Order: sequence, then C-alpha cells, then structure tokens
Amino acid sequence: MLVVTLIVVSIGGLVEIVPLYYLDSTVEKVRGMRPYTPLELVGRNIYIREGCYNCHSQMVRSLRDEVDRYGHYSLAAESMYDHPFQWGSKRTGPDLARVGGRYSDDWHREHLIRPKNVVPESIMPGYPFLQERPAELDAVEADLRANAALGVPYTEEMIANARADAAAQADPESDGAEAVMARYPKAQVRDFDGNPDMVSEMDAMIAYLQMLGTLVDFDAFRAEGEALR
Amino acid sequence: MRVAANCLWLGLFGAGGLYGLLMVQRAVDLGFLLHGILFLAFCLAAVALTVRLALSPPPARALPDDRPHYNDAIVRAGVIASTFWGLIGFAAGLWIALQLAFPALNFDLPWTNFGRLRPVHTSAVIFAFGGNVLIATSFHVVQRTCRTRLAGHVAPWFVFWGYQLFIVLAASGYVLGITQSKEYAEPEWYVDLWLTLVWVAYLLVFMATLARRREPHIYVANWFFLAFIVTVAMLHLVNNAALPVSFFGSKSYIAWAGVQDALTQWWYGHNAVGFFLTAGFLGIMYYFIPKQAERPVYSYRLSIVHFWALIFLYIWAGPHHLHYTALPDWAQTLGMTFSVMLWMPSWGGMINGLMTLSGAWDKLRTDPVLRMLVVSVAFYGMSTFEGPLMSIKAVNALSHYTDWTVGHVHSGALGWVGFVSFGALYVLAPVVWRRERLYSQRLVEWHFWISSIGIVLYITAMWVSGIMQGLMWRAYDSLGFLEYSFVETVEAMHPFYVIRALGGALFVAGALIMAYNLWRTTRGDIRESEPLAGSPAMAPAAA
Repeated sequence: MLVVTLIVVSIGGLVEIVPLYYLDSTVEKVRGMRPYTPLELVGRNIYIREGCYNCHSQMVRSLRDEVDRYGHYSLAAESMYDHPFQWGSKRTGPDLARVGGRYSDDWHREHLIRPKNVVPESIMPGYPFLQERPAELDAVEADLRANAALGVPYTEEMIANARADAAAQADPESDGAEAVMARYPKAQVRDFDGNPDMVSEMDAMIAYLQMLGTLVDFDAFRAEGEALR
Repeated sequence: MRVAANCLWLGLFGAGGLYGLLMVQRAVDLGFLLHGILFLAFCLAAVALTVRLALSPPPARALPDDRPHYNDAIVRAGVIASTFWGLIGFAAGLWIALQLAFPALNFDLPWTNFGRLRPVHTSAVIFAFGGNVLIATSFHVVQRTCRTRLAGHVAPWFVFWGYQLFIVLAASGYVLGITQSKEYAEPEWYVDLWLTLVWVAYLLVFMATLARRREPHIYVANWFFLAFIVTVAMLHLVNNAALPVSFFGSKSYIAWAGVQDALTQWWYGHNAVGFFLTAGFLGIMYYFIPKQAERPVYSYRLSIVHFWALIFLYIWAGPHHLHYTALPDWAQTLGMTFSVMLWMPSWGGMINGLMTLSGAWDKLRTDPVLRMLVVSVAFYGMSTFEGPLMSIKAVNALSHYTDWTVGHVHSGALGWVGFVSFGALYVLAPVVWRRERLYSQRLVEWHFWISSIGIVLYITAMWVSGIMQGLMWRAYDSLGFLEYSFVETVEAMHPFYVIRALGGALFVAGALIMAYNLWRTTRGDIRESEPLAGSPAMAPAAA
C-alpha cells in the first residue's frame, strides 16, 4: 500500500518537472543575463526577509494588458540565477519584474520609508528601518560561494572581491567602482540612499530594485526564434 | 526491547542537545542563536520526559476485559493544541486582514509588517491548526479502526512535542525575518530537517499501529491518512532541498532555480492543498461523519475508486498556478487538463460523504455537530468545483494575482478544513475525556451560525474584489490606453477589505465560543438548561 501510493503520487511530478531540466527550449538563450552583484544579492535577501513576495509578483504574463502596463513579458532566462524564484502569486501591489529604472533612487527611498509620501493611496507598510541599518556585507562572500555551488556562474575572482564590490557599488567615488562595472556588466554604481557615510540596507534594497528586468537585451531577443517555447 | 528503545531515544535527544549547544556557541546570526537556545531547552525537556516515561510501568495494550487500552492522552493533547493554534492562526489572519484595510496597523516595524506576519498566519492555520488536527484525529482513528493501542511509548509524544517545536521555530523565524520565501514552505533548512525527523517518526508510529491491527481490513480513513503522510514527506524533501550558507546560520539557498524552482514550488504548494488539506481531512470525514450520523459509509467501492484517482490526478495540477508565465506551454496545458479532471474524484469524495447521511438527514435539524460536518463537505464540493474552473487558462488570466484566489482558498480553508476540524473536535472531546456529552449544544449552534455568516461575508467580498480588480487591470479606454492606474485598483478594494475583516472577526468569534465549550466539556460540566442528554445523537460515541 505504502509503495503503491508512493509510485502513484510520483508519476505526475516526474513527467512535469524532470523535462524542465533537460529540454533546451525551457530557458531561452538571451544576451545580457549575469549573476547578481554582491550588493544586489544582499538587497534581494532583504526583499525575501521582509516577505515582499507576499504582495508583489515578478512575472509579467504574456497578456496584452500586462505587457502594456509593465513591459515585455517575463522570460524564463530572466530568473535563471534565482535561488529561489520570486515570481510571487498575488498582486496586492504591482508587479516588480521590470521596476528597474522606472523611478529615481530618491523616489524609492521616500517610498520605502513611507509609501504614502509618494503614493497617497498606498496600503504598503513603511520600512524606515532600512536606512538606519548597515547592510550585512561581511557574509556576502559566503553567499556568493553557496550560489556558485548551486550552479550560478560566479567566478573565483567575483567571490574573492565580493565584499569590496558590495561596498564599492554604493560609492561611485571609490577605486573599486570601475571593477564592479567590469565584473558585472550593466551594474549601476551610485550612492542609492543618498547617505555617503554608510552602506545601508536601503542602498542594497534600491540597488536590487533598480536592476530588476534591466539585464536582457530585448533588441537582440527574437521571441519567434529558435528559443520560442 | 523497551530498554533498547528508551536508550535510543535518550541517545537521540542527547545528540540533539549537543548540537543545540553547538548552535548556541557558534551561531552566526541572532535568529539562529535564539533557535539554538529553544532547541537545547527542548532536548533537555525531552530527556527528562523520556526518563520519566522509562521509569513508569509500561501501559498494557489491552484492558483486563480484553478491550484495547487506547492511548487517549495523546489525542487529548492534540485537541488542546489544535484549539490553541486555531485561535492563534485565526487571530493572526484577522490581524493581517485589518492591516490591508488599515495599513497604519503595520506600525512600520520589521517584526509587525504584513510581509512577515502573513506566513505566520498561513503556517499557523495550515500546519499548526490543521497539522495538529490531523495528528490528533489520525492517532484516534487508527487506534479505533484497528482496535489496538497506538504503537510506541515515547514515539507518539516525540511526534506531538517535536511538531509543536517545529511550529514555534517556524513562526518565530518569520517574525525575525528567517524565511526561504517559498509559500507554505517558508521555514529554513534546519527547521525543515527537524520536521523531517518528526515526520518519519509519525509515519513509523502510524504504520506500526496498522501492522498490529486486530481487524482484517484497513479502514478507508487510514488510507487517506497514510497517503497524506507519505506524500507530504516526498513533497517536503524535494521542494526544500537547499544549501545552507553556514551550518551555524539560518540562511540557505534553494537548490532549484527560476522556472524549475517555480514548478517545484507549485507542485509542492498545490499538493500541500491536495494531500495536507484534502486527503488528510477526507480521512477525518470518512471516520467522523459515519460515526456522528451512525450510518455506514455510503459506498466502499466509490471510496476506493476516488482515492486512487484523487492521489494520482492531484499531483499533476501544480502548473495551473503558473498560467501565461515563463513556464513552458506544454506544462501549463498538462496542468490545466489534470486540474479539470480532478473535479471528478473530488466530487466522488463529496458524494460519498453526503450520501452517508441517507436515512439520517433528519439529524441535521437536531445535531449541530453533524450539521457542521456536512456543511464542510458541501464547502468541499463547492471549492473543488471552483478550483478546476479557475485552472482553465482563460479564467485564470482574470483570476490570477487577485483576491479571487484568496477567496477560493478560504472557502476551502474556512468552510471545508475549518468546519470538518471543528466537527471532529466536538466529537472527540467527550470521547477522549470520557464525558457524557458536550457542555452545550446551544453554543455549537452559535458557533455554526456565526462562523457560517463570517465565511459568506469573507468569500463574497473576495469574489467581488478579485473579479473587480482583475477587470480593472485589463480595462482599456476608447483611445486604447489602460483605463486605471494600479493604485486606483488598490483604492477600490478598501470596502471589500473591511467586509473581509468583518467576516474574519466573526470566524474568530465562533472559534472562541468553541474553545469555551470544549474547555467546559473537559471539566465535565453540562449546561443545565439543555435537556438533551437523552437524545441519541448526543450519546457518548462508543468505541
């Protein structure tokens, strides 16, 4: 009974999930995808910690109104380095898959401190503590290493420089700023929270939000090409 | 044999205590340190409890008159834990519902924002309330239907207390910001490992009890419990596969990525519904409805057919959570097809439950406990019709990401899981405390009606707000532009969020009434003004 049950309940999962790992067409071949910069990864972990996924999706569906509202529908390739995925299941707030570059850093800071300051009708909680807390940068090297072990293409050089890169991305005046740009194409190097004295959780969070959906080169992407599902 | 088993348990808890010490000593983050302290305290208490159990005389398997000597103490503990966690989980739900209506209630603090509290609500109702109900009822049902004492001396208590520790670690973790962010699987790697140990013990206790049964057949309720335990183990292990950043820190990264992780998650997520909240609770239905109605199950053949069909088809349904996303179309279509097919075995269960009342329908007028059980099956039928409907891609395009999903889940959660659990608790309490009957039938009536009104308010508010928001998102004006900004659709939801919170408040009020009624029942009180002691429906259920 136990064994038969186990066999019966295994079949569906095997048929549906296993092919996703070996069918080449599952994840499109695109230009521009790269692993998260250390600072973006720290921001992403704050996004996870605060449970943002409970209210925000990161998955634009291939429906006309969604493409009009949010931009090009999301590709599987865009979350290929996401451990775990953040597609979400509920839009109490808007989709964030392409929020990068839509608003200024100042807007994000004001919004995260008190959303009603910039969107009076918002029902989102405020996160004023983000700008007061220093981002936890000491552990980021281990974070990169764990991701690398799971198949994210972080090089030894990226891992060795992780902490320095995280700090440099929030400080455009620093010597390391150019190295961040070289290691992580399209990385945005700015003092995101406007406070040069500290790399705060606000810096990390805004760095993450500002890169969402900005990596793939859609000029070079052809949906009708070989990669079409 | 018994000495060896006790030594094994002591060794296990001792080793656990040592790891707890290491957790405390080498923790790399505050949350892990706090959890290390909790874990250490748990292991010390477990050692003390095991020693006490080892020194006490072993319980006899049979009473002097050869009737089985049932382990009712573990079921009593389960009834108390279910009621307690139910109140916590419902209250947490009410709180976050109020936060959506009145966002000032987030207080802008890390520990109180919606994002951290919503998993507290979902885990508390699904795993703390639902899980305790399942453990308590399965331990009760497997003993009674096998006419034998529950296997194990320490093991059942390890399952019970180990499960409570899992709940406390999970919920306190969310508040501290420790989460994997996989819905309904948020606990981090070390909590997942702990749950795995507890779950294996649960399976072994259940199987060992089945193996020593004194009945020729395994009653159908036990099949559902067994399928629930085994499948949840499989889902849990695969979906939570993760690599910890440090063995002394809370953070880990899930082994799967992107689209593969998404489907693994919803394969898990939908079958948490299918096996935790459906198969397990169908086991409850198959014991408690015939028991309370004093009728045999309508069709044994139907129960066999719908059991195998249900567990085979359910597993395929996960992709309907990912329609029109970056999941390949073939997987979406497959998921939709199987979801629609799933309607049939689901209704097989509903028909079997309802038709069991053949010849006893009149009892619905006089017995509110039976009414609660039967209405739960009606809600089951309704939400398992709504589910396949929403899994159709064209419908899902509108419903997905909206409150319609939330309403659908709650018609199943409040109506089906909630009511069938309440009914089972009302039946169990007088039996396991050996009371003549419940303290008050009248209070069950109040619970039933207040909660029913609450559910109706809740799900209608969510239907309206969900469909409305879905339509607003896709509305175009005459010039071909999107008609509403996102925040305009948020604004429009406010009245429905208030109505939903009101419905939730009524549901909480009903549960409070139940807790009071059960508490008085355990004390052996009988409400004097209710001359119902002689009615057949309220005679103490015989074993």
